[in-house]
Amino acid sequence: MEKLIEILENLHEGIDYETCETLIDDGILDSLDIVTLITDINDAFDVAIPPEEILPENFNSAKAIFALIEKLDNI
Amino acid sequence: MRTNILQYLEETAARVPEKVSFSDGKDSVTFAELYRGARSIGSFLAEKNCRRRAVAVLMDKHPHAIVTFMGIIYSGAYYVALDAQMPSLRMQMIIDTIDPAFIITDEKHRKTADALGREVLIYSDIVNHTENAPLLDKIRTHQIDTDPIYVVFTSGSTGVPKGVAACHRSVIDYTESLCEAIGFDENTVFGNQTPLYFDAPLKEIMPTLKFGATAYLIPKQLFMFPVKLCEYLNEHGVNTICWVVSALTMISSLGVLEKTPPKHLTTVCFGSEVFPKKQYELWRNALPEARFFNLYGPTEATGMSCYWPATRTLGENEPIPVGKPFRNTDIFLITDDGKEAPDGEVGEIYIRGTCVTLGYISNPEKTAEAFVQNPLNDKYPELVYRTGDLGRFNSYGELEFVSRKDSQIKHMGHRIELGEIEAAASTCEGVRQVCAVYPAEKKKIVLYYVGEATSAELTAYLLKLVPRYMIPGEYRNLETMPLTANCKINRKFLLDEASQS
Repeated sequence: MEKLIEILENLHEGIDYETCETLIDDGILDSLDIVTLITDINDAFDVAIPPEEILPENFNSAKAIFALIEKLDNI
Repeated sequence: MRTNILQYLEETAARVPEKVSFSDGKDSVTFAELYRGARSIGSFLAEKNCRRRAVAVLMDKHPHAIVTFMGIIYSGAYYVALDAQMPSLRMQMIIDTIDPAFIITDEKHRKTADALGREVLIYSDIVNHTENAPLLDKIRTHQIDTDPIYVVFTSGSTGVPKGVAACHRSVIDYTESLCEAIGFDENTVFGNQTPLYFDAPLKEIMPTLKFGATAYLIPKQLFMFPVKLCEYLNEHGVNTICWVVSALTMISSLGVLEKTPPKHLTTVCFGSEVFPKKQYELWRNALPEARFFNLYGPTEATGMSCYWPATRTLGENEPIPVGKPFRNTDIFLITDDGKEAPDGEVGEIYIRGTCVTLGYISNPEKTAEAFVQNPLNDKYPELVYRTGDLGRFNSYGELEFVSRKDSQIKHMGHRIELGEIEAAASTCEGVRQVCAVYPAEKKKIVLYYVGEATSAELTAYLLKLVPRYMIPGEYRNLETMPLTANCKINRKFLLDEASQS
């Protein structure tokens, strides 16, 4: 989780990623962020987020993103 | 002879009244509904005498916004679409600049509109107003093709956004030449990406009105979720898109072209930024039958000024050209000593033609800087637009974009003056000096600053002043700013540093 927070902080500083649950709904992450984020996560966690998992509900909070990473890691 | 863009709507509404004109996938309006709604709103506004006034529109990307735009033009006023997400201080700045007769909004944005201190109208209250045909006719007889129809705001380097005003004649000229170059017709199904508060959606709005085509106004959020986005395009049979490069690369770089190819697409126009070659090739390979066009042009010349049909294979290190000017548009390059650049050499891009807009609203100083007498003509008055872009003509006679002369950047398809970010950040408490740079390869705005403020404080502060897309992606706190020999902030040094680390 720390590693993920670090990746997110690299995208945009000054946002409380631990508690924010509206990263998508409030437009905190834009489409370029999503592309960068996915590339960074794939590299850092050695996973491959498939296009069909790129859904609003999977990216609205750090918790949701982390759950997605864990799910992919267990496959 | 067409002298008013409403003629497109009137001709088409008479020909295919029941066809869907604009839709967001859920709500649609037919050409007849668009015509009737626009005339009702136009009558309401005309009875309040809005001629030659601005009318602001604060609505989401929805077919009703298009009805409202057309209604405003019927009344002899011009529309100014506002970004509902923009910070309230910036919105207020725009409202103060345009001094609108009314703000038209919907229930959802009513509170935001009310806070702007102007008379507010609700769309649903005026769209069924009784048509006043004699009054609309009277307005039409006084309308000429140099009357403005909209004002679009772009980033301004001093911190105040600049509003570009365009007239009927420029938009008609643009519509005709664009349609001829790209080849739209009544079977075109557009998938619009760009927000309605820019000039970019004219590419979909105007050909739709001219031919009786259909345009889908794609909800913004879909652009973060590429599979859903492609499913949407396929569901609605979208065959033509004119998107910013970042929207296209989002689809190609995440592997969506293989998984859910947008199978109906036959025409793909891109622009506003340099298309990374690799992503461009992914698109070409995924849609071998489709026609691709690179488009280039500033808001000040109405929309796009140049196009390059991708019909030849590019050399390995050859940039994608921006191509040749549209019919009735002329482009020339001027060197630093004020002469026309010889073939193959770099010069500032100047644009000449009916497409050159009226200038910046309520801003004669900025207008005089950019809308200038043709430097190659000292015989009679002739205004041309100097873009601030540097370009060169290649051996095919095609224009290539080289770079900007100043600190204007393109980020996510948005045109941004780094000076506007600096002007905003420098008013933040605990900030003494600032310099914003944009290392292009990182696609990230980096703000260097001197002062005690934290990055969190700066973000929170900037969110109140500038749109979301202008918020720096990174902050770097410095003890002192590096200076050049003549004591200016060493921008080049900071840019190099930001690019490297």
